[in-house]
Amino acid sequence: MSNEASIHGAGEHAAQREFELEVRAQDMEVNFGPQHPATHGVMRVLVRSDGEVVTGAQAHLGYLHRCAEKIGENVEWLMYLPYTDRYDYLSAMNNNLGYSMAVESLMGIRIPRRAELLRVICVELNRVGSHLIAFGTYGMDVGAMTPFFHCFREREWMMALFEKICGARLTYSYIRIGGLFNDAPPGWLEEVARFCDVFEERWVEYEQLLLSSHIFIQRTAGVGVLSREMALAFGVTGPMLRASGVDWDLRRDMPYSIYAEIFAAGAFKVPLGSGAKGKLGDCWDRTWVRVMEMRESIGIVRWCLAHMVEGPVVGDLPKVLRVPAGESYVAIENPRGELGHYVVSDGGRGSIRTRVRGPSFSNLAVIEELLPGALVGDAIAIIGSIDIVVGETDR
Amino acid sequence: MSTGEGNAFLDLLNAVLPASVPSWIVVPSAAVLAIAVCVALISVNTMFSVWLERKVAGHIQCRYGPMYTGWHGWLQSLADAVKLLVKEDIVPRGADRILFVLAPALALAGILGAMAAYPFAPHVFFADIDLGLFLILALSSVTTIGIVMAGWASNSKWSLLGAMREAAQVIAYEVPLGLALLVPVMIGGTLNLIEASRLQSDWFGMGWFVFKNPFALPALALFFTAALAETKRAPFDLPEAESELVAGFHTEYSGIRWSFFFMEEYTGMFLMSAIAAVFFLGGFESPLTWGLRQSLGEDPGFLNHVVRADGSTQTLIAIGGFVFQLVCALTLIVKTMLGVFLMMWLRWTLPRLRVDQVMTMGYKYLTPLALLCVLGGGLWEWARAGWGS
Repeated sequence: MSNEASIHGAGEHAAQREFELEVRAQDMEVNFGPQHPATHGVMRVLVRSDGEVVTGAQAHLGYLHRCAEKIGENVEWLMYLPYTDRYDYLSAMNNNLGYSMAVESLMGIRIPRRAELLRVICVELNRVGSHLIAFGTYGMDVGAMTPFFHCFREREWMMALFEKICGARLTYSYIRIGGLFNDAPPGWLEEVARFCDVFEERWVEYEQLLLSSHIFIQRTAGVGVLSREMALAFGVTGPMLRASGVDWDLRRDMPYSIYAEIFAAGAFKVPLGSGAKGKLGDCWDRTWVRVMEMRESIGIVRWCLAHMVEGPVVGDLPKVLRVPAGESYVAIENPRGELGHYVVSDGGRGSIRTRVRGPSFSNLAVIEELLPGALVGDAIAIIGSIDIVVGETDR
Repeated sequence: MSTGEGNAFLDLLNAVLPASVPSWIVVPSAAVLAIAVCVALISVNTMFSVWLERKVAGHIQCRYGPMYTGWHGWLQSLADAVKLLVKEDIVPRGADRILFVLAPALALAGILGAMAAYPFAPHVFFADIDLGLFLILALSSVTTIGIVMAGWASNSKWSLLGAMREAAQVIAYEVPLGLALLVPVMIGGTLNLIEASRLQSDWFGMGWFVFKNPFALPALALFFTAALAETKRAPFDLPEAESELVAGFHTEYSGIRWSFFFMEEYTGMFLMSAIAAVFFLGGFESPLTWGLRQSLGEDPGFLNHVVRADGSTQTLIAIGGFVFQLVCALTLIVKTMLGVFLMMWLRWTLPRLRVDQVMTMGYKYLTPLALLCVLGGGLWEWARAGWGS
């Protein structure tokens, strides 16, 4: 597939695939899902298999469709914030940030420095938590049960930290338009520092237990190879794109919030897949990129802690939120890739159009390319390595 | 070989029942008693193993496992068993009813039959079979038929894939399994589990086959790997690969039928570990049993046949012999459970292999290596026999 392949091209490809997938005598149609341990939510992948070999795959979405975008057009600006928690529920802080920044860019509010720093801390901790889930459940997908629990041990602490700062463990609504819900409670920043210390110690375990395990490498290296060209053609973003060798991270390349400053200070690098164990862009690379990103996120959190300032956490907001007429699109680097919020205001109390560009949705499209030819066990490994959150693909 | 006392259950009944009871009643009663004990044993073993598995998994995974039903959850398996017994018995529509019902029974029957050769102690056993090892391997393969039958009869694609994987896997791993066991069989020159165990009583009870031949240790490793595949344990748990095939061949099963597969799996683990313990790791021999032998005589039985003045015989339980048999039984059970623990440890540590990798490993690596072990072990034994004569 060429670089120029557009959405239209992808559609053509799917149609062609449909033709190829005509059931042959010995083929078997198997539904992975909607209830299947490996679909990570309510998703269905229709797989045609010839014994153990997958000959075709089709993702069926929509089981979790909750009209998230339409709701955005029916509620006031601030009231939509809790809905953003719920599409990618593993990275609610990132969603909050994306939506808030889209609205803020219309309003032109200046965010206090302390709020920016706390925002980045929360967003990066949330990224760690999200990657922990991705890594842990990926271990389960390839049959290793234990890493999942080790990941949850750390994630539990992360969620406890969020509970302390905003009262919620999963759907935070902490990052608000104009700043934050409230300031961090006393001692919270110190505990975050402790979390960083402990996490960096335990981070080594993940590498030892799973990432460098011989069987894990056998299962993932060279499996589900997503070439650089294909990744670009499908609009793949996030760790998946970087695992395919494309050096693109919105935090560095289209910096928002205070990321430009953090990157300039050298607090984080962008890990890239290298095909170290198999081919560039295989499942192992994707897992490796996520594990490395966790450590980079901890580096960002440490930088923010070191440069923390005192001050307010909410900017100058009017009593009633009035957003000037206009439109804005803000894209941020969510744990899964580019999360874009497009909002249109007519100057009223709510948006007249809300549109979300979800990374899981775009990333998921590649399975129809990657699955054919793989074994059933590989198919699970590939779907898992994409790390989708079905709440966000369906919205 | 003959142990002189015959079947322990028969002896016990003879000792307990008056002499007037005819043998055509005593012998079938002994058989029924043995079967009842065997069924009870595998049930208890399954319950204990399930509890142990959950505790092992829990502690490996930074949690406790069951804690609320009894002390450290030791009653959890009992509660589960009751739950499984009272669950609704479901046969899916479209399933082949006869095969669906028959399959778990067949799987369990195979392993139950194989348990007949399990030696508890030199004088306590279900049957003293000269081809004991052969019987275990033959009968435990019958379970595969049950599993393939279950997968086919379920009329579910997951079950079918699981069953096919099981069939392919067992065919690939039976060969290295049997070949690896040839090494200790050549060392001992016997397939009888009790005799093989007794042959390892020298060297202060440490004359284990694994120490007697340099090829026995690799053979043990090969056997253990193949046994993992035979018993569908991780990293070879493909037939029931949870994340891939939902639950593989037992996807459609529930309640007591499902628990039959569980019993089959855990008894299989127990038997495979027992074979490893008997044929490589000294069976019921240890320095402790060696010491008891020194004080009690070479082969202390637990029954004494006393001839009375009037010529009749009376059978009494000998305390020393009883202790000896008990120590032997516990030694073997501890060794067996260590093997079972190792299997659990591996399961909760390793990822799962892919189906082609399982086949590659079986055919390309384990089988040739097992053949090498047989060749090397055989040459070593031949040289040793030549040296001795």
